Amino acid sequence: MAKRTDYIWNRIGVAFITVFVTVAFNFVLFRVLPGNAADRIARIPNASPALRHALEVQFGLDKPLLIQFLDYLRQTAMGNLGVSFATRQPVADLLWQSFLNTIPMVSLGTVLALILGIAIGVFSAVRRGTVADHIVTAASVIFYAFPTQFLGMMILIAFSGVLPSAGMVDPFLLDNSVIGQAIDIAKHMIMPVLTLVLTLCAGNVLIVRSAMLETLGEDYILTAKAKGLSSLKIIWSHALRNAMLPITTMVAMSLSSIVTGSILVEVIFSWPGIGQALYQAVLQRDYPMLQGGFLVITIVVILFNLISDLLYYRLDPRVN
Amino acid sequence: MNEMTTSQPPAEVQAGYGFWATMAEAFREPGAMVGLTIVAFITIITLASGFLEPYPLREASCPVFAPPSLHHWFGCDDGGIDVFSLVLHGGRISLLVGTCSAVIAIGLGGAIGIVSGYFGGWTDVILMRITDYFLVVPQIPLMIVIAAVWGASISHVILTIGILMWTSTARLVRSQVMSLKERSYVRRVESLGAGHTRIIFHHILPQLGPLLVANTVLAITVAIFNETALSFLGLSDPDAITWGSIMTHAFNRAAISSGAWWAIVPAGMAVALITTGGYLIGRAIEDALNPRLRISYLSPREWKLLPTAQPRKGANG
Repeated sequence: MAKRTDYIWNRIGVAFITVFVTVAFNFVLFRVLPGNAADRIARIPNASPALRHALEVQFGLDKPLLIQFLDYLRQTAMGNLGVSFATRQPVADLLWQSFLNTIPMVSLGTVLALILGIAIGVFSAVRRGTVADHIVTAASVIFYAFPTQFLGMMILIAFSGVLPSAGMVDPFLLDNSVIGQAIDIAKHMIMPVLTLVLTLCAGNVLIVRSAMLETLGEDYILTAKAKGLSSLKIIWSHALRNAMLPITTMVAMSLSSIVTGSILVEVIFSWPGIGQALYQAVLQRDYPMLQGGFLVITIVVILFNLISDLLYYRLDPRVN
Repeated sequence: MNEMTTSQPPAEVQAGYGFWATMAEAFREPGAMVGLTIVAFITIITLASGFLEPYPLREASCPVFAPPSLHHWFGCDDGGIDVFSLVLHGGRISLLVGTCSAVIAIGLGGAIGIVSGYFGGWTDVILMRITDYFLVVPQIPLMIVIAAVWGASISHVILTIGILMWTSTARLVRSQVMSLKERSYVRRVESLGAGHTRIIFHHILPQLGPLLVANTVLAITVAIFNETALSFLGLSDPDAITWGSIMTHAFNRAAISSGAWWAIVPAGMAVALITTGGYLIGRAIEDALNPRLRISYLSPREWKLLPTAQPRKGANG
């Protein structure tokens, strides 16, 4: 029992260390940037030495690096991620707003892709070797092979004029009722969600299929078959349940592709989420936003990894 | 001596698992041959692109967004440049990025995996903690940050992609090496006085061959894929023509609102084709390495127990 609680604490500890390393990495990376930090804040290429010095004092850049690092850690821990170069607004507020916009679109897409992926993957594994399996596998490989932005652009061409193609809301919408606005957002969401589902689903199908194929070859499936259980029962409570372990791990490993997919989807459809914020930050060389966005995305991914670790531990009593 | 002879048969079975045996088995699958054909076809065409490009790349040869025709098979882009020539030429840098990044990633991942798995102990703990970190950290955002800080150029893109892609290889290789070094033949050469270098290069590395080849092929396609993403986010070299930059350029120059799908589709198809080819080869090798995948107790067609050692019997007799 003690060993199992140790496992949980160990995972949480590792997650904290990973976040800390990212924070430290952020600090180092943006200190090795070419050029002087004061120049970048002033946004004037040839600032006078007096102005430069004033800025350095104002932003604490004249202090030793260690003190700067500790200051940075303290401020980050308190949720102060600095001020955007481009808009002069607090990075944390901007990111929070974008994050709220990202959540519904990405979570809907991810959940749909997961459900569809499991259903199709199980079907394909059970019917392995049949025409249906070959079609599913071939289609999955092909969709898996298309870059997200390519799928997005094809969907844009296919539905242009039918569905709104950019942004999250129609700024000229006259309908002020809650339902009217909800429908407006839902309409804007169809294309981004569809693109995300197409991108993620194919990978999920392939993962679930191979995990199911492994479990279907296990001896306990043969035993269950010998006991006279129905195929459906074997699939549901023997094969899929055990396949859930590798599926959980592999879906956690594909978190990174969810992040990538969402960033690209947001850029294509101008969805005002965190990926779009990151993209704008790159275009405008807005380093505090870039730094903050990277930190937020990393923390979210680490959090989900932790959740998947804990889920794994719930699913598999053998983990020690 | 008697014991040695009784343990001889399994050693012979091992021989069936050598590099060429596994590769031969992988390519017995039709999917792998399809993959190999696709990859070979694209590679040859790309290498010969200098002779095949029908039109110049930097000057207009047809009207803006002219649709596909007999003279311009894939139509023209926003500058009146032949898309067919662009895609042919774009393959060069895309394949270069893919190959170089993959070599960096597999070299790094293989080295870290072997050192970590072979030596174990503290080396293993430290290396695996680093791997864990890079495994968890979201790669594209990290690539964005590094590329944004470092500046946009093809060599930076190659390095960034290569440096961030090695983690899964390191993990796989490590677990393989951990089991390989406990095998009796490694133990035997060890007792005969072979040094670490010799054991690693002569007895462990050859066994890892198929796995590394599978990983390299997959890594090349992932790298090409990642380059298109970086390019789309404006972080690749703006002057270099790659499959990614062709699509990005078309997107930025309103190819979609002009309905000019031909400016996007060929490059996207090229990426999809090479990724499919790489995936088919990689998967076939991985499947050949994992014979357990060949058994299924829930077969839809007929109820039979497939013998696990079927292909090896053929090799013996």
